[in-house]
Amino acid sequence: MPGKLKVKIVAGRHLPVMDRASDLTDAFVEVKFGNTTFKTDVYLKSLNPQWNSEWFKFEVDDEDLQDEPLQITVLDHDTYSANDAIGKVYIDIDPLLYSEAATVISGWFPIYDTIHGIRGEINVVVKVDLFNDLNRFRQSSCGVKFFCTTSIPKCYRAVIIHGFVEELVVNEDPEYQWIDRIRTPRASNEARQRLISLMSGELQRKIGLKVLEMRGNAVVGYLQCFDLEGESGLVVRAIGTACTLDKLSSPAAFLPACNSPSKEIKEIPFNEDPNPNTHSSGPSTPLKNQTYSFSPSKSYSRQSSSSDTDLSLTPKTGMGSGSAGKEGGPFKALLRQQTQSALEQREFPFFTLTAFPPGFLVHVGGVVSARSVKLLDRIHNPDEPETRDAWWAEIRQEIKSHAKALGCHAVVGYSESTSICEEVCILSASGTAAVLNPRFLQDGTVEGCLEQRLEENLPAGCGFCHIPYDELNMPFPAHLTYCYNCRKQKVPDVLFTTIDLPVDAAVIGKGCLIQARLCRLKKKAQAEANATAISNLLPFMEYEVHTQLMNKLKLKGMNALFGLRIQISVGENMLMGLASATGVYLAALPTPGGIQIAGKTPNDGSYEQHISHMQKKINDTIAKNKELYEINPPEISEEIIGSPIPEPRQRSRLLRSQSESSDEVTELDLSHGKKDAFVLEIDDTDAMEDVHSLLTDVPPPSGFYSCNTEIMPGINNWTSEIQMFTSVRVIRLSSLNLTNQALNKNFNDLCENLLKSLYFKLRSMIPCCLCHVNFTVSLPEDELIQVTVTAVAITFDKNQALQTTKTHAEKSLQRASTDNEELLQFPLELCSDSLPSHPFPPAKEHLESASSNSGIPAAQRATSVDYSSFADRCSSWIELIKLKAQTIRRGSIKTTVTVEKASPVGEGNFRNRSSPPCANSTVGVVKMTPLSFIPGAKITKYLGIINMFFIRETTSLREEGGVSGFLHAFIAEVFAMVRAHVAALGGNAVVSYIMKQCVFMENPNKNQAQCLINVSGDAVVFVRESELEVVSTQQPAANCQPSCTGGEVTT
Amino acid sequence: MTSELDIFVGNTTLIDEDVYRLWLDGYSVSDAVALRVRSGILEQTGATAAVLQSDTMDHYRTFQMLERLLHAPPKLLHQLIFQIPPSRQALLIERYYTFDEAFVREVLGKKLSKGTKKDLDDISTKTGITLKSCRRQFDNFKRVFKVVEEMRGSLVDNIQQHFLLSDRLARDYAAIVFFANNRFETGKKKLQYLSFGDFAFCAELMIQNWTLGAVDPQADDMDMDLDKEFLQDLKELKVLVADKDLLDLHKSLVCTALRGKLGVFSEMEANFKNLSRGLVNVAAKLTHNKDVRDLFVDLVEKFVEPCRSDHWPLNDVRLFLNQYSASVHSLDGFRHQALWDRYMGTLRGCLLRLCHD
Repeated sequence: MPGKLKVKIVAGRHLPVMDRASDLTDAFVEVKFGNTTFKTDVYLKSLNPQWNSEWFKFEVDDEDLQDEPLQITVLDHDTYSANDAIGKVYIDIDPLLYSEAATVISGWFPIYDTIHGIRGEINVVVKVDLFNDLNRFRQSSCGVKFFCTTSIPKCYRAVIIHGFVEELVVNEDPEYQWIDRIRTPRASNEARQRLISLMSGELQRKIGLKVLEMRGNAVVGYLQCFDLEGESGLVVRAIGTACTLDKLSSPAAFLPACNSPSKEIKEIPFNEDPNPNTHSSGPSTPLKNQTYSFSPSKSYSRQSSSSDTDLSLTPKTGMGSGSAGKEGGPFKALLRQQTQSALEQREFPFFTLTAFPPGFLVHVGGVVSARSVKLLDRIHNPDEPETRDAWWAEIRQEIKSHAKALGCHAVVGYSESTSICEEVCILSASGTAAVLNPRFLQDGTVEGCLEQRLEENLPAGCGFCHIPYDELNMPFPAHLTYCYNCRKQKVPDVLFTTIDLPVDAAVIGKGCLIQARLCRLKKKAQAEANATAISNLLPFMEYEVHTQLMNKLKLKGMNALFGLRIQISVGENMLMGLASATGVYLAALPTPGGIQIAGKTPNDGSYEQHISHMQKKINDTIAKNKELYEINPPEISEEIIGSPIPEPRQRSRLLRSQSESSDEVTELDLSHGKKDAFVLEIDDTDAMEDVHSLLTDVPPPSGFYSCNTEIMPGINNWTSEIQMFTSVRVIRLSSLNLTNQALNKNFNDLCENLLKSLYFKLRSMIPCCLCHVNFTVSLPEDELIQVTVTAVAITFDKNQALQTTKTHAEKSLQRASTDNEELLQFPLELCSDSLPSHPFPPAKEHLESASSNSGIPAAQRATSVDYSSFADRCSSWIELIKLKAQTIRRGSIKTTVTVEKASPVGEGNFRNRSSPPCANSTVGVVKMTPLSFIPGAKITKYLGIINMFFIRETTSLREEGGVSGFLHAFIAEVFAMVRAHVAALGGNAVVSYIMKQCVFMENPNKNQAQCLINVSGDAVVFVRESELEVVSTQQPAANCQPSCTGGEVTT
Repeated sequence: MTSELDIFVGNTTLIDEDVYRLWLDGYSVSDAVALRVRSGILEQTGATAAVLQSDTMDHYRTFQMLERLLHAPPKLLHQLIFQIPPSRQALLIERYYTFDEAFVREVLGKKLSKGTKKDLDDISTKTGITLKSCRRQFDNFKRVFKVVEEMRGSLVDNIQQHFLLSDRLARDYAAIVFFANNRFETGKKKLQYLSFGDFAFCAELMIQNWTLGAVDPQADDMDMDLDKEFLQDLKELKVLVADKDLLDLHKSLVCTALRGKLGVFSEMEANFKNLSRGLVNVAAKLTHNKDVRDLFVDLVEKFVEPCRSDHWPLNDVRLFLNQYSASVHSLDGFRHQALWDRYMGTLRGCLLRLCHD
């Protein structure tokens, strides 16, 4: 008997009137878990009943605890007829199952009915007593933590990143069961909600088991989706990255350290060591060994370090691996072998992460993607997951081989999606091919010297841009130049990736949201013919989307895309493609050239004039954009490079293929052959339209920036105001004479107008940036296009001149410090030393002397290289270091010495602040954001994953304000329910929030509409940095300063 | 291409104060868009009319959803659907319950019934306030009336507690409720010169002194109904004008005290008996409901208009009224001093407020 679930129903409020005669309600509650049901007494004649029930106790397996949701139903008692249901609350008790998360769920939950929406609230308390399970063959995976966040969560440290986990479960969709013909819509909706909740629980448990098998303890970047296949079933599938995470001590102990201005600095693992005293015990403490103790056996790397032959089995990928020995130098080769060996162990070396611990990402190859068209009515055994498993395995295999073709052994920023229309389903997967540092993948004790030299080869901010593939044997025609940053390695001229911009990347200017939008008409067809038609269209769409992206990128004067997400949606009579990414100018990559227009008929004078007019407009736009995004790369003299600045040429870094149900694989070369693709040829009206559409994208109004990544390159000084929002638009196309052109224009206008509306609505927040702008497009019906956008607007401080450079410093410090735990004292020591004695020491020299004096392991010298490179580049660096030194010293002193003294005070304060503010009469504020962080605040605790699925249906659409009124209310209700659950867990924010699905169907003639929404995120507790500072300034900082400085320099 | 659906939902509900005002003022979406265009917002922000249309629609939809909650403001504070900062919640409530001076003057003292609601069309035409806005304001009056109608305790406190209004607005509502309950006539032509503020001022004085609550803080309806016993007793004041000796004595006391101090002394002396008779008769008549309703008409006819025709300066009115009420204490034969003070104390305040052009 592994667990006891205890539930108490306290009270209700704002209940609806269920008895028209008395204008009151006789409410009672049913509490159901698994097959056990308890009931409260009936509370007569009240809209605010006080049940104050006993504790209802359920004795259950932990397997059930993971799978089943707690179901609370509020009913109106009726003596003569059946009791009327008021509504339900489903509570996922998973967060109570791991020790570090929430201990109790307690609070007001909206009572939800799928027909009427929210109808009052109910106050519930839920607790779980878990018993230790000694059964080795257990089916549950209690204790594995799940995070939606696609980076290492803020108060954890990654010991090992194990890799890809996936699972898929299938069930019959209740909406398509025979019984649905006789039951009410409410019963059908509830059956569906309950089923998906059950399947999600099961899925999570199964993934948890896989993680335990890999000896991990957490899943990061967990992405769960459901596919409504219709007749053939309901699929819930999930992918994630298994990790072994280490908690960075308790948040209370953190507090004193937090008065340093940089958010990241606080994550320096001062307190990684449970006992703060060891800080003074010197470097002899075998910290490192301890922390890596989770690592699997070392023999992995030995065994397969000669595995080159394995790789070449895949026909088209030989060059990637084969070249390693010849080309990259011995260290590179060694690294490659190790990485390989680490990754070869895995079936799919994929990572759903988009941001990585420093040093994890070595090189980035480019975007890899694969799509496949499948027919759902051809599944032999629809109730079993095998067929779908095979489909996905096929696609993943393809992705893997693409990555190999790019000389990469891993895929990062990996994601999967589907688009379904009737019986046709497009499966898509994409990611970024990359070479990873083996250190995090398995064995922590990789030889230090190797690492160190490697990092010397990889200067800060450009290493990831260096090509991982063989220059002489490139997988596609590409134009390479020497890196503009380090001048040592080759870089491509353009880089597309699906990941976030690495924190240490050297970027010039600001970034911006770049979108490619495309529609293609398709004949209505059935089954096989339809699938073939779609498969034939896909390559052309990909090609055009890619061309659009490239042109728009050039128009912005930028050279790299991050967070690229290409979505292709299928409808009855058309296909839609929508690609979003954040364009940036990477300092390491060459300056992009302009765009040249060439006409077909050069003899015609007026035509020529028109062309030159267009050309001028384009050139003007580029110049304007460069100014707008502050792109002014330093002029580089040719001598330094040693070779003429190459003529940049357009080239594709996108490798992809489509396969249809017949498994026919087609490869597409997007490189435009050998032709100089800089030139846009205007040979027909289509091309003319394309050029026009290039110029119609209006930049955001001044004071606004937008990106689809976590952080906006070039803006660092966020202020605390955030506003997360969801906006949905549906347009109806006039069905007559639809052409591709008209479609494209409509779609383009739809997206542009939507963005304009957002800018207008949020104008009071200026200056602000729309981050993580996430567009999804779907084709719910013949002539309908639906676009859903979720993003967060964050305000920032206008006066950021100093701030920008300062954050560079912070970044590098963070990089240095999180790189390796011993390194921590190192930068601190540097700073405090350099401050009094040498006002302007050359950073590099000093660093080296410092390191040799103190006898730090050589690995740390890598950091000194970082420092010096920064010193070269920022003129004001030294001043900043001084400034920094003081703040850091203050912060660190307090931690090292006053930890024990401080913690009671800190803890007390922390409790006060983190306790849910519901105690007041008003409702506590819960922030929601698609980002993994909250600006100006520190996340102190992760309370568990939020994964909720709702259905709302109406048969009185007009009365509820039409489709807009209906959906507006529903989305507001979904937000409310997410907030209520987070507040009940004791949290005050949801990070990495995502609306994964918003399926909207209407039938205005019948006055009906239905909508399904699936959202997820991580419930967290955060504390404002300003509050933290208040706490820390209470410490008697000045008194202990002298003594502490001595104690601190222990390395 | 037509837009089927267009929504924006923020985690924190966006409230645009300007659009809220337009919505409260009862403008349709298209009128509101036109007004916003005229305000020059397009030029300021570089937005298009379509954007403005979509934005306005969105806000209107939000306000419509909020309206249900605004009908019971404590619900707005406790509801979970819209996350709104407390300062914004207060603003939403306060603005929703704010009324137009022109409108309130039309319905003040009228029964808040269906019949009056039917007249809103005319009021709308007359005042230029949209019918929608009239309805909202009327419904607000009625709602507040219904909620506090049968409650114990201070009227202002009850209103504040159940509608979370600012002190000032709660006082105004108390006046409106009080007037509606007692059906004071305020619409007569000769009362047109009076503002809502004048009436509200009088209402407050009357609530403080003339209601049941003034003597018994536990009574039901304490602040809404006038103290019937008190009104009955007011008949006793008649002796002040019926008894000729008392009247003469009263007059001589007032005249002696004010001689040389009033600019309009002779007019006062000539008019004293008329004025005194007017004021005392008003008191004596208050036993009849109809006369209660006509209180303000009577006061203006019997006191304000005579003063006005003789061009009394306000200060003279004040001196006179002070002396007029105080002198009664020196009338040995008069036994109802406390009653007189309760009556005249309030009336003096009211009359002073009513005496203006």
